Amino acid sequence: MTKSELIEKLSASQPQLDDRDVELAVKELLEQMSSALAGGDRIEVRGFGSFSLHYRPPRMGRNPKTGAAVEVPDKHVPHFKPGKELRERVNNL
Amino acid sequence: MALTKADLAEALYNELGLNKREAKEFVELFFEKIRASLSAGESVKLSGFGNFDLRNKNPRPGRNPKTGEEIPISARRVVTFRASHKLKERVEENAQSKSEDFNNQAELNAGSR
Repeated sequence: MTKSELIEKLSASQPQLDDRDVELAVKELLEQMSSALAGGDRIEVRGFGSFSLHYRPPRMGRNPKTGAAVEVPDKHVPHFKPGKELRERVNNL
Repeated sequence: MALTKADLAEALYNELGLNKREAKEFVELFFEKIRASLSAGESVKLSGFGNFDLRNKNPRPGRNPKTGEEIPISARRVVTFRASHKLKERVEENAQSKSEDFNNQAELNAGSR
């Protein structure tokens, strides 16, 4: 399912909202979630899961083409932990 | 502070003018459609944010870490999330500017001593 398919499904089940509003609402939710993570905050949605940042310490990497050693600085990467309901439903097939 | 469903509903109310009940219902439905797709075995790709993929795990022997007792872990299907490049970049840029702030602050503190 892509973002546009998600928008279509939501439009179908929310006929009182304009299609345009549904599209804006989906974009707004994703923007809120992205900016929370970019600002270093967690996201917690019961029954769905939580998003947090995991720290990656600095390391020495290598340019695969030239073999030259390069320093890779430390960073934070987004991490998702599925919630109980999602875990159980996905596994019940 | 962690972002919650209540915060998301609040944003729909403030930014898009959905009424509070519509906003709350929309947020519930948004996550439910994603759960339903994954439950039906279909991955979810939200461009600019990330992909929710499904992976099948083989059964493997496990152990209760407290008692050391062996328990088999059954085959299962799990959800994994891969953040998009755009989201990863936003997270990294922000962390970088934060550590610069931290260094600038450390210099200021050193100077004032």
